Amino acid sequence: MEILKCTVNGRPAELGVDPRESLADTLRERLGLTSVKKGCEVGECGACTVLVDGVAIDSCIYLAVWAQGKSILTVEGLRDPDTGELSDIQKAFVEEAAVQCGFCTPGIIMSAVEIVGSGKQYTREELRKLISGHLCRCTGYENILNAVERAVNTAHGFVGKES
Amino acid sequence: MYDITSVYQAKSVDDAIAALTADPQAVVIAGGTDVLIKIREGKLAGCRLVSIHGLTQELAGVTLAENGDVEIGPLTTFRGCTESPVIQKTVPVLGEAADTAGGPQLRAAGTLGGNLCNGITSADTASTQLAFGAILRVRGPQGVREVPISEWYQGVGKVALAHDELLVKIVIPQSHYRGWSGHYIKYAMRNAMDIATLGVSCLVKLTADKRGVEDLRLAFGVAGPVPMRCLETEQAMVGLPVEEAAEKIGPSALGEVQPRDSWRASRAFRLQLVEELSKRAFVEAVRKGGGAL
Repeated sequence: MEILKCTVNGRPAELGVDPRESLADTLRERLGLTSVKKGCEVGECGACTVLVDGVAIDSCIYLAVWAQGKSILTVEGLRDPDTGELSDIQKAFVEEAAVQCGFCTPGIIMSAVEIVGSGKQYTREELRKLISGHLCRCTGYENILNAVERAVNTAHGFVGKES
Repeated sequence: MYDITSVYQAKSVDDAIAALTADPQAVVIAGGTDVLIKIREGKLAGCRLVSIHGLTQELAGVTLAENGDVEIGPLTTFRGCTESPVIQKTVPVLGEAADTAGGPQLRAAGTLGGNLCNGITSADTASTQLAFGAILRVRGPQGVREVPISEWYQGVGKVALAHDELLVKIVIPQSHYRGWSGHYIKYAMRNAMDIATLGVSCLVKLTADKRGVEDLRLAFGVAGPVPMRCLETEQAMVGLPVEEAAEKIGPSALGEVQPRDSWRASRAFRLQLVEELSKRAFVEAVRKGGGAL
């Protein structure tokens, strides 16, 4: 066991971890953050995507002990802590019917958080590339792209402008 | 849970070298995008890891040396390489090549050093680094030595790096990139999250009037067991008008490559890719260099 001190969804966390754990293991099994999905577990499907210090990574191929001192964000950290209201990005996924079975959704939302957070506007093609580290076997990606586009537009007031 | 025995998180490069010296079986892990997958596949079962993941201060980042050489820390991620202003200004083709590996999350984790140290032929940044004639600075218990990348690859997955040595810097000398333009093409079955069926990196130095080839580099991934350059083709293109070189480069490269049949693609298909993509990469490199084709 090693002591891992980090920030998870804005709160300081201190817990014992097994050095053999992936960050996905730790978040799911020790902290109960089950939005972090284990899909392929080899960094191909993107279902386990979380932000580490603001950067989207596959938490299944990230050792938990590497998270020492870092700040981790999962979908559980997106809701308003007081009212429980969904974030604008989550709402965009609901509005655009971008969720079918839902397995890939939390991972894609976390990539969307990074995309929206960059403050930039993107073309459809650029957005396609930015979410290309996620596999979705239900939607065919169209509504997901609509949702990410909507989230970017909502956040930065690009609505109605030519991209 | 990974099937590993222990993870030692090195506190410095020297500390990592000491840990490797003390444990002849230890495996170095950096970004983890190769090693952890191998462990998941059951290879390296029960291994002991020496992690250099945290040594970003010593080993990550791209800088321009006073003499104009580009110095890349091996822990620089693919994404860090693509986004580096130094890379964009000096060797943009390397940033473009790095941007073709895996997908965004993988590019935020996988490293340029790992891409060289794993010795894999399909490594997306390897052919471009080979084409630029990168100098690989390696540190071990006896000190620092420099290995030209042309002497780096020794066989499938085998590179000129002893067990107790670490790659600590990738240097692209100014004389190797100044006046050159380049283009990398990755051919794969998908646009993302795929391994190259074939990768080609072509660098060209145009004559003053931009109509002829003053010098050329042509390097491949997956055209042989390790990343390789086509030295004869490079020589043969020197002095040709760009139009003529565009016609000759593909057929000439065919004589030097040794792709194999694999479950990803046949040798015949790879040969076709070598011929066609050499031309396309050359044409694009010429365009980027200000030539017309």
